[in-house]
Amino acid sequence: MALLEVKNLGISFGGLRAVDDFNLTMDNGQLYGLIGPNGAGKTTAFNLLTGVYKPTDGSFMFDGKEMSGKSPIDINKAGIARTFQNIRLFSDMSVLDNVKVGLHNRETYGLASGILRLPSFFKQEKEMYDMGMELLKVFDLDKEANFKSSNLPYGKQRKLEIARALATNPKLLLLDEPAAGMNPNETAELMDTIALIRNKFNISILLIEHDMNLVMGICERIVVLEYGKIIANGTADEVKSNPRVIAAYLGE
Amino acid sequence: MKKIKTKTIIWLIIAVVIYAVLFYLDATGKLSRQFSRLLIPVGINIMLAVSLNLTVGFLGELTLGHAGFMSVGAYSGCMFTVFMDLPVYIEFPLALLIGGLVAAIFGVIIGVPALRLKGDYLAIVTLAFGEIIKSVIINMDITGGSAGLKGIEKTTNFTVMFVAVLVTIIVIANLINSRHGRAICAIRDNVIAAEAVGINVVYYKLLAFVVAAFFAGVAGVLYGHNLGILKPATFDFNKSIEILVIVVLGGMGSITGSVVAAIIITVLPEVLRGLDDYRMLIYAVVLIAMMLINSNPRISAFRKRIESKFNLKKNMKEAE
Repeated sequence: MALLEVKNLGISFGGLRAVDDFNLTMDNGQLYGLIGPNGAGKTTAFNLLTGVYKPTDGSFMFDGKEMSGKSPIDINKAGIARTFQNIRLFSDMSVLDNVKVGLHNRETYGLASGILRLPSFFKQEKEMYDMGMELLKVFDLDKEANFKSSNLPYGKQRKLEIARALATNPKLLLLDEPAAGMNPNETAELMDTIALIRNKFNISILLIEHDMNLVMGICERIVVLEYGKIIANGTADEVKSNPRVIAAYLGE
Repeated sequence: MKKIKTKTIIWLIIAVVIYAVLFYLDATGKLSRQFSRLLIPVGINIMLAVSLNLTVGFLGELTLGHAGFMSVGAYSGCMFTVFMDLPVYIEFPLALLIGGLVAAIFGVIIGVPALRLKGDYLAIVTLAFGEIIKSVIINMDITGGSAGLKGIEKTTNFTVMFVAVLVTIIVIANLINSRHGRAICAIRDNVIAAEAVGINVVYYKLLAFVVAAFFAGVAGVLYGHNLGILKPATFDFNKSIEILVIVVLGGMGSITGSVVAAIIITVLPEVLRGLDDYRMLIYAVVLIAMMLINSNPRISAFRKRIESKFNLKKNMKEAE
């Protein structure tokens, strides 16, 4: 069974049809790209899949369960994690604490054992510390663990956001323009990191990106959106030679 | 984790030493009457400031109704001791608990709109809440109306106050340094991201409001049992502002800061009493000066340098 199965998903804001008839099927371990001109509805599609917006039409199944209309919290618990186009870190908290917030639902100690410092608090906090540091090591952030997250350079902030999303133990990771604002070196490094985390954590990834080198380089399949509608869905080569895609990007 | 345990022990030793010194000075009369009378108000203000810091500093929601929670707790706890006839060692702890719990219930009531409102809107709603509580108390017979609730036994002593302050600080500091506290801080920094990593925003906002209201309520009960009389006019808008001033002065999200600021703000007007007419003027000027100094980038850079030195030492110890 497919991991993610989106059927005819759509949303209207008043008269504006932001996403229309969105269909997508993803299996375990696949890496998909979502591209399209500005304002095509890519981020809106992400917001639908993560419960920020409630769809006005259609539905989507994740891991065999109906997910449309659920809250962002429930969707995250079910196994979909995301990053944001404009970085949304917990800016006043340390780098390690950002990841620990991501680990929040993986530990179970209650309010009382937190306040009374019962043994379960120490045991689980230690686990959180170890897991957090391990994740930071993957992204080469372990040396900055005690820095305030807003003091990190831009590229590392993007990495930290991915680390925090991974901390929630997702099966599907949605990356919203992970390479935005990065220079070519940083982008190349990010491509390696994305490939690495997919293999290491065995997850599926759906990413929005404008950097065509990155998208064409690592995505197995690419979905192209224009005016809220899917105009192409295929491998990099198929998409590249699709006349509708060329028209959307270059004009007729 | 061993580090945390030794730190706790050091803090406990410091607390016991402070208690012993203050108790000795107070009991032997080495502390002037003026200051020994201030010990309990200082403690009450510490409790109020630390608890308000949980909502304003850590949760990041500006509330102006903390005096409202205090009055609800004060009246319910004090009415319990006035109308009940139990031995004091049962009655007083029960009164503290009742005051805290009733205030906590009101914390839920005011917390629910707080889930929908933000920033200045929430500030106005909580401000209105405080005023409503005040008028309700004035217009009820059972509370003694505007004349006040009289005949409360003066059971609050220094030891009780000290223990209450200690419990407040420990509970709130431990809460903040647990996964639950991190969730509260995450909501402050970015609600959308907090939801995206599965933090139950509704629950943690309410939790912060309820815990803050509980301790404000307990502080109210202690206040009533210190003065022996409760007047609704004490719990007005000015009281809420005073607590907020303490929190801002001490630094949002700093418990130590709240404690120090509470001591300064409570003691300062008394120290200046000798200056008569200029008292409030100097008080205001000192406030302005402290705010300016606190927000000065050079001062905060200096503070950061010192903090980073401490952190470096700590990191080196960890490495060893």
